[in-house]
Amino acid sequence: MLFAILAGFIVSLLYIPFGRFLKGRLAVLASLLPIGLFTYFAAFIPDIQDGASIAFHQPWVPSLGINFDFQLDGLSLLFSLLITGIGSLVFLYAAAYLKGHPYLDRFYAYLSLFMAAMLGVVLADNVLLLFIFWELTSISSFFLIGFNNDNADSRKSALVALGVTGGGGFLLMAGLILMGHLSGSYSIQEMIATNEYLKGHALYGLILLLVFVGAFTKSAQFPFHFWLPGAMKAPTPISAYLHSATMVKAGVYLLARLYPVLGGTDYWTYPLIIIGGITMLYGAFHSIFRTDLKGILAYSTISALGILVFLIGIGTPQSLLAAAVFILVHALYKAALFLTTGVIDHETGTRDVTQLSGLRKVLFPLAIAGLLAALSSAGLPFTFGFIGKDLVYEATLHTDGILPLVLTGLAVVTNIFLLYAGLLAGLKPFAGRLPERYSAIHLPHALMWAPPLLLAILGIAFGAFPALADASLLNPAATAMINEAIDSPLKIWHGFNTVLLLSGITLALGVALYLARKPSAHGLAWIERFNPLSPKHLIASLTRAVHRFAIRYTRTLHNGFLRVYLLRIIIFAVLLLAFRLFSGGAIRLIPDQLSPVGIYEIAVVGILVAAIYLAVTSTSRLTAVVATSVIGYGMCLLFVFYSAPDLAMTQFTIDTLTVVLFVLVLFRLPSFLNLANRGTRIRDWLVASAFGAVIALIGIQVLNQPIDDTISKFYGDNAYVLAKGKNVVNVILVDFRGFDTMFEIVVLSIAAIGVFSLLKLRLKASEKE
Amino acid sequence: MLPILLLFSLFILLRGHYYPGGGFVGGLIAAIAFVLHSFTNGTDDTLKLLRVHPSAFIPVGLGIAALSMFAPMLVGQPVMTGLWFNEPFPVIGLIGSALFFDIGVYIVVVGVVLTILFTISQYSE
Repeated sequence: MLFAILAGFIVSLLYIPFGRFLKGRLAVLASLLPIGLFTYFAAFIPDIQDGASIAFHQPWVPSLGINFDFQLDGLSLLFSLLITGIGSLVFLYAAAYLKGHPYLDRFYAYLSLFMAAMLGVVLADNVLLLFIFWELTSISSFFLIGFNNDNADSRKSALVALGVTGGGGFLLMAGLILMGHLSGSYSIQEMIATNEYLKGHALYGLILLLVFVGAFTKSAQFPFHFWLPGAMKAPTPISAYLHSATMVKAGVYLLARLYPVLGGTDYWTYPLIIIGGITMLYGAFHSIFRTDLKGILAYSTISALGILVFLIGIGTPQSLLAAAVFILVHALYKAALFLTTGVIDHETGTRDVTQLSGLRKVLFPLAIAGLLAALSSAGLPFTFGFIGKDLVYEATLHTDGILPLVLTGLAVVTNIFLLYAGLLAGLKPFAGRLPERYSAIHLPHALMWAPPLLLAILGIAFGAFPALADASLLNPAATAMINEAIDSPLKIWHGFNTVLLLSGITLALGVALYLARKPSAHGLAWIERFNPLSPKHLIASLTRAVHRFAIRYTRTLHNGFLRVYLLRIIIFAVLLLAFRLFSGGAIRLIPDQLSPVGIYEIAVVGILVAAIYLAVTSTSRLTAVVATSVIGYGMCLLFVFYSAPDLAMTQFTIDTLTVVLFVLVLFRLPSFLNLANRGTRIRDWLVASAFGAVIALIGIQVLNQPIDDTISKFYGDNAYVLAKGKNVVNVILVDFRGFDTMFEIVVLSIAAIGVFSLLKLRLKASEKE
Repeated sequence: MLPILLLFSLFILLRGHYYPGGGFVGGLIAAIAFVLHSFTNGTDDTLKLLRVHPSAFIPVGLGIAALSMFAPMLVGQPVMTGLWFNEPFPVIGLIGSALFFDIGVYIVVVGVVLTILFTISQYSE
């Protein structure tokens, strides 16, 4: 199973060297990957149907609890088949849709990457692993939204999507870590065992909040929904795949997956019902005002995602079954509608629904696909959508208290709007009279009309024969959520009851709305008047405020003056050390412990003081440099006196090189100017004295501490035994602390590369002039 | 001066395991040797003498150090375990993986220092 998930990553890597061979006619070959994976996962259907679940375990970082734990159960299988199945069709479709595109190889690489990441999300059993794949889907989505990278709008939308989903992912990570920490395991299966403890814990509310925000941002729930319409800047196959059928459902998947761990309480139910309810109504309401086909589909997708969250919130067995069914229903008809829209856009060059009509005469197979998908989305009897809608009503009716009325009312209104939106996208472009300017359109390559047609037909087939998908896929999926078997096979005909009545009302009102109302630019303008109040606008202004703050903050703290940085660092260090020093007790100086001061020491200190004086007062740079190097050599002498020859040697050579460096740059500098006024000089003097005083005090204090020589004793004893060296310092450097040294030389190399490239760049620039 | 200083730096490098010295100091001394050479003969001359640009030393040194780190894994011991030949070599003495690590450090230090200094000095000209 690990290989099946990693296959996408491997393939996307292979696109780097071999991509250009796969750009041309061979592009279709790319779809072998999803088709192969689809077959692989489809082979698991019989096992899963029998109630088995397949687990896979491979340690990765066991000490942190991160392992390659995968678990294939009903829910994962449903999603895996959706991902690979719709993936196959999208891969095929894109080969024709983006034919000859210069970045086709890149496109497939991103798409494979996404598919692998998404499979990882739905199969991972370890929450940290799940999170890693979760972020990978956000990243690949970022690349795919910004695929038309010469378009400023695309880039901006990609950034917004990444910002929203990434921000949510960050909170999600906190929530998942909290969950794993409290329950003592990062495995979801093991968390289910301790779910009572989690639900009773004081931090349960916080966990829920974090997980909800993560799921809501990913699944475009109000008020984070605004990135999804923007994401429609991606090529249409991407919108169909990522932003309708699969990725945006990751949040829904997460909620469904965690339902056995966290779900079933009031804190779980009400937020999900409220947010899901708002989202489904908001999205559906907005969708009817759009005139851009993809805009309509985007908002109706938001609404569908709202319905799913809403259903998981209700949390009864019926509602979870309804959610499983609706995931499949929606994926089938919405992907079909998106792909149809893609062809329309490709052939006519517009997606404006007010301009399009009569296309059935030139794009007949697509008209069939659009019609069937629209019918399924409308929930006409004998379509899969009908079953889905019935189950939704069934679920809302069977809740407790006064909720049924409110929830069912919400669901009915939403469905009326959705029905209208579906007809608008699937029927309107094909109905009516064909305008003159579109009469020359030819039917495109079969790869472009067959996939949506197949999806739409499946939507009808599952509706007419619900047994096709029921026991094999949907029932196990719902079972995985509630951990108990559901005994209610899907049926087309439930007899004359309230649900049927509601379906009838929905249908009648939706069709009436479609007949009565024509989409117009006027309606779009009306709804856009409310933009300043929308969450998108509010969050955008918040972002701008943060941006302004960051600029101001950077200008004050990172102003580019090296001396200011130094000053701040030293002041901070002095304050910190001084605080620690004075809160640690009295400082005593015991003269007996000091070693006697010899004539050499006095002489060296005298030289040091003189050199310091010279360095500070000199008006020549060269003198100052020489004076500082004298200070350095003086220090070397002191090291030698106190038996630290290694340190002395290093200091000596470093000082020599510093002088060389100074001399090299000195004559590039302008002649000496005394820029510092009296005030800054006094300030610098104060800071320097304070720093020196604190260090001296620390030195004295160290003498007072009982010397803990276990560490030096260890090194001293073991240097020869373990590392066969007699020079303890060097042994520490190359053996005991070898890793540190390794990283130090790496840092050195990076510094060298930095200097080299910065100066070379300047050299080149000056050569040009 | 150059050959003597270089020899001295090698001496410092090799004796590092028993007496004061080691790769870092040795590398610095070798770098100083080349810098002095460049002062008398000009940077271009020194670069010619080196044949390759000093920046090429950096990856070589890093590679040697890294190899000596991971070499013990080949014989099934944890990373950075010291490996030693049993018989002492003439003149040099015992040879172990720590020595190669130190040689790596030496080469990196020479490369880094010379890269920075020569780049700056060329920029100054």
